[in-house]
Amino acid sequence: MIEIRFHGRGGQGAVTAANILASSAFKEGKYVQAFPFFGVERRGAPVTAFTRIDDKPIRIKTQIYEPDIVVVLDPSLLETVDVTAGLKDGGTVIVNTEKSKDEVLKELKKKPAKLALVDATTIALEVLGLPITNTAILGAVAKATGIVGLDYVKEAIKETFSGALGEKNAKAAEEAYNKTVVYEL
Amino acid sequence: MAEYKPIRKVVSGNYAAAYAVKHARVQVVAAYPITPQTSIIEKIAEFIANGEADIQYVPVESEHSAMAATIGASATGARAFTATAAQGLALMHEMLHWASGARLPIVMVDVNRAMAPPWSVWDDQTDSLAQRDTGWMQFYAENNQEVYDGVLMAFKVAETVNVPIMVVESAFILSHTYDVVEMIPQELVDEFLPPRKPLYTLTDFDNPISVGALATPADYYEFRYKLAKAHEDAKKIIKEVGREFGERFGRDYSDMIEKGHVDDADFVFMGLGSLMGTVKEAVDLLRSEGYRVGYAKVRWFRPFPREELLEIAEKVKGIAVLDRNFSFGQEGILFNEAKGALYGTGARPIMKNYIVGLGGRDFTVRDVRAIAENMKAIIESGKLDREVEWFHLKR
Repeated sequence: MIEIRFHGRGGQGAVTAANILASSAFKEGKYVQAFPFFGVERRGAPVTAFTRIDDKPIRIKTQIYEPDIVVVLDPSLLETVDVTAGLKDGGTVIVNTEKSKDEVLKELKKKPAKLALVDATTIALEVLGLPITNTAILGAVAKATGIVGLDYVKEAIKETFSGALGEKNAKAAEEAYNKTVVYEL
Repeated sequence: MAEYKPIRKVVSGNYAAAYAVKHARVQVVAAYPITPQTSIIEKIAEFIANGEADIQYVPVESEHSAMAATIGASATGARAFTATAAQGLALMHEMLHWASGARLPIVMVDVNRAMAPPWSVWDDQTDSLAQRDTGWMQFYAENNQEVYDGVLMAFKVAETVNVPIMVVESAFILSHTYDVVEMIPQELVDEFLPPRKPLYTLTDFDNPISVGALATPADYYEFRYKLAKAHEDAKKIIKEVGREFGERFGRDYSDMIEKGHVDDADFVFMGLGSLMGTVKEAVDLLRSEGYRVGYAKVRWFRPFPREELLEIAEKVKGIAVLDRNFSFGQEGILFNEAKGALYGTGARPIMKNYIVGLGGRDFTVRDVRAIAENMKAIIESGKLDREVEWFHLKR
């Protein structure tokens, strides 16, 4: 079972990202589970969401405490939230940021085995005209982890957002896929 | 019978409920929004707006009215549904008696949510269990699939025995969690669940009836007996419908208590609903480490499956009853029921009550392990350290 934790801020669509990732993996024939942190969401406040992916039905009904993969949608969260809390040894961290690898590593409490960086905010502004990074970051997840193919991510995005909005969001994911830099540490 | 090819979708527990309502061809929904239930009735409203479902939707000003309108619809012979949670269910309390007393086969989803104050929107079973004596039957879903299947089976059972049924799911843990659900093609649902055939309706003007009329001491008693008997008789119907569901769609619900590894277990975990998914995961882990453990997931709390409980209790040395609820001044509600059901039988397993996860506090595999270690020590020593443990209390 692969466990993924998303960190965002209320309004950025972390919960939607967790759901779309689950739908993408489902399209590849996996069993999936996606859920928000069982809390109260407020626009701008730190938000956590989770995805589980497995080859067999997922029975466990708890939050994720020891993720394999952490995805950070908002760069400013690194200063206030311990995003690597519980990260498994050998784990992956994916961050939306314009900062360098060394700058990001300085802000992480635990050094991951793999770090992936992408400036998803700029991509979202260019492609969508909005700083909403939840679809772009999924391109980075596909690139950095290989747990789900980009085509499936794009398909799931287009099912979530209909018409032109779906096309644009799928494009944002593809751009992010192409621009994500992955560091093996 | 047409060949069964399921339609698999990734949906929340609430959407699973809404799809089941659509597939059951419910005719009337009357509801009032409340977190974490609201997305059920929003999805139903969306189905209606898109022309996907032909349902009369009645927006009302309170849950009391929601149940009143649902009762009215059901009394005319319609298949009627509503959904609520916590304070909303409490506000319905009076009308719940009217529904069961009038023997109306209403199905309602209650999303288990903690009772306020303090204010909480998270999972807790006390809201539904506090409606224990209203005459409603209660089915507890472990996962989104069981929410969907539960609603479909509930209509069939309810309309057979003329008793309303509450299908219960967990706040957020199911209601807002997306998971894979196998849905049944409409024509196959139609075969399983044909249109309701009411015995009496308010709109049959050639055969006028009265609903909720006065019963003097000469008659009231027999009405109560008939409702009591309907619950007892329902056990057979529940098993038959559960078996039929399994034969048609591959998921068997003929047991009112789902059992795992009971035959060679020293002790079992017993509980309701979504808690038991985590327990199953933990039981596999514990067994791989040599623990002789099993589980008993109580699907139907009303009618209470005394006979199946006794079969389990005769096989094991101990039962750890997990209650995400509490009856103040006494103990966990399932624990109380289970002990009461076994009194007077020969079965005397050691029973301990663990109060867990009230108000949505997370219940984890690690918690199950700690309980297993405690139960193992109790069984080996034969000494119960205490009967009721507030397991998650901060120390």
